[in-house]
Amino acid sequence: MTPEPLGTPDAMATRETLDLLEGFRDPELCRGLLVRLERELDRELRFMEVCGTHTVAIFRSGLRSLLPEGVVHLSGPGCPVCVTHESEVNAFLDLAARERVVLATFGDLMRVPGHKGRNLKKAVADGARVKVVYSPADTLRLAREHPDDLVVFIGVGFETTAPTIAATVLMARAQGVRNLRILCFHKTVPPALEALMADPDARIDGFILPGHVSAVIGVAPYAPLAERFGKSAVVTGFEPADILQSLLQMVRWRSRGEARVANNYTRVVRDEGNPKALEVMDTVFEPCDALWRGMGRIPSSGLKIRPEFEEFDALREFGLTIGETPPLPGCRCGDVLRGRIRPDQCPLFKKACTPAAPVGPCMVSTEGSCAAYYKYQVE
Amino acid sequence: MIDKVLLDFGSGGKASQRLVAELFVTHFSNAELNRLNDAAEVRCAGRMAMSTDSFTVDPIFFPGGDIGSLAVHGTVNDVAMLGAVPRYLSCGFIIEEGLPMADLERIVESMGRAARHADVRIVTGDTKVVPRGAVDKIFINTTGLGEIVADPAPSGDAARPGDAVLVSGTMGDHGLTVLGARAGLDFEAKVRSDSAALNHLLVRLVRAIPEIHVLRDPTRGGLATTLNEIAQSSGVCCEIEEDAIPVRPEVAGGCSVLGLDPLYLANEGKFLCILPEARAEEALAILRADELGRDARRVGSVTDAAAGRVTLVTRLGGKRLLNMLEGEQLPRIC
Repeated sequence: MTPEPLGTPDAMATRETLDLLEGFRDPELCRGLLVRLERELDRELRFMEVCGTHTVAIFRSGLRSLLPEGVVHLSGPGCPVCVTHESEVNAFLDLAARERVVLATFGDLMRVPGHKGRNLKKAVADGARVKVVYSPADTLRLAREHPDDLVVFIGVGFETTAPTIAATVLMARAQGVRNLRILCFHKTVPPALEALMADPDARIDGFILPGHVSAVIGVAPYAPLAERFGKSAVVTGFEPADILQSLLQMVRWRSRGEARVANNYTRVVRDEGNPKALEVMDTVFEPCDALWRGMGRIPSSGLKIRPEFEEFDALREFGLTIGETPPLPGCRCGDVLRGRIRPDQCPLFKKACTPAAPVGPCMVSTEGSCAAYYKYQVE
Repeated sequence: MIDKVLLDFGSGGKASQRLVAELFVTHFSNAELNRLNDAAEVRCAGRMAMSTDSFTVDPIFFPGGDIGSLAVHGTVNDVAMLGAVPRYLSCGFIIEEGLPMADLERIVESMGRAARHADVRIVTGDTKVVPRGAVDKIFINTTGLGEIVADPAPSGDAARPGDAVLVSGTMGDHGLTVLGARAGLDFEAKVRSDSAALNHLLVRLVRAIPEIHVLRDPTRGGLATTLNEIAQSSGVCCEIEEDAIPVRPEVAGGCSVLGLDPLYLANEGKFLCILPEARAEEALAILRADELGRDARRVGSVTDAAAGRVTLVTRLGGKRLLNMLEGEQLPRIC
């Protein structure tokens, strides 16, 4: 098949869509929705969002400070940096130190701490070659610029980024690029949410589902949340009115004794997702078990490179295996990601763990719930 | 005809001499420089403001400016933020061997033009050429000297509860332009650096309103970082209204695509002014009468709510912190 560039929701943020978005930020509209939410709320609603962009949107817009008292906001395992397992972090930090390796990464990973305070920024200071890229396709150019080296792209992220990386692999093969490798740590969202709900201690009444992920996978993969666990879940856009509308729907369904999985982001997400992107992803990757920070091993929640494309597999190239490692001492990122505690209930928050010296990745990623709490929350 | 800068040019020999005579003296020409003594003789009186800055911007040419104009504007503005009239600049060049002569000429010419516009004289300088890879193309250091006309001089620790917070124009233009140019991104709507010398406008402002407490240019770290620095050193709280902060739609759009916040992006032709509420309208009128202050806005107030804190009232009416960043902003994964 011929790979084509895949449109992402961000790429569509042209002037026209920005003007359109203004409507979803309209303060009057949002105030009206807040009044209705408060009026129709019959008991506490503990909702979880599972996307770093939602985390930031809720804090940055000030929405969090305006939610009715009975609406409790939890940030789930939706920040790709935050759920990247310690052993995966150690693996790419080890690779950075190798001769003849040029690492390519999205910027978020530069400050993620591994054991003993290592991170990519420090690796660069020690002479490692690490390039920040904006798009996985940039790695093809890097590979051409470094013909005598192996360019290794750190493939971290959910179904949002996985198709573009799969497309890059297809382009690399079509163009005969031989020195590109992918360190494939991709994760998929629906199995993680099912794992969360399977925990008997989970106290979650509903989910705000990540719009960007559903732009690729659609709505159906989340059906078990309603069918098995009796919770509503709504695919939601990133503007305040989008989020409020989804919360209101969840409250209404619950009061009628219903649990539904629905698409409230129809301006971007089709119910069936993006078949083209799914096909590209399925061509290059296959499901595998994956390690999630704070949640451990979750069956079929990761993606690995299919044997047909093994020449691009960095794990194979360097003979790496990713195993369980002891968690960072004292760090309760795992409990934060499961919605068990608020960031400020972690004993390390703002004390041993700050953005200047992050202990866990929820503090280092700009989309991590601890960093958002630290950055935006007025006590 | 030599088309690239060679190591010889920094040797102190004839090649250096030619570079100085043909390039620097031509474009910077003034009585103090033209004598080419080891030091320049300058005339100063009273309280002086002095500031130095090194410029390493990548790329060296960007929409709206270049490393040369930036090196003049940056230091001129820093001196002017003390309510001073900038008079003299020094400049030190560290040049990577192999830099095209045409690029160097373009940069030096741009510095000369910027200095004439700002009415400052580049009176002394130094050039070093280093082997390939020792620097990235060209680094420029400038030091500025100016006479303080404000009494007392504005200061970052002088904000008081009851003051108004003004910004002289739109936020984030320079930072987004440079980040976009560095990443080779072609924005649909063109963004341009706001790099400009603010001294004429600032001197007019401090002469008309001597009660100005703080003047700061929100360069690296942007408006949010500068406000936090002021809140901390003055021991006050700044309460800012998001709706009031001017940001160009194309800058807001570019930031939204890249996952950046314009309030943390550098500005090179804007300043923040904190002064007693009673003089705020008058200051805004002076700013808006000038091309460089046309988009000036009042963005918030200084209070005694919580020392060292900056809060933002969002467009929705919610309230959150406007905190400092730990390091540079990093583009995100998705």
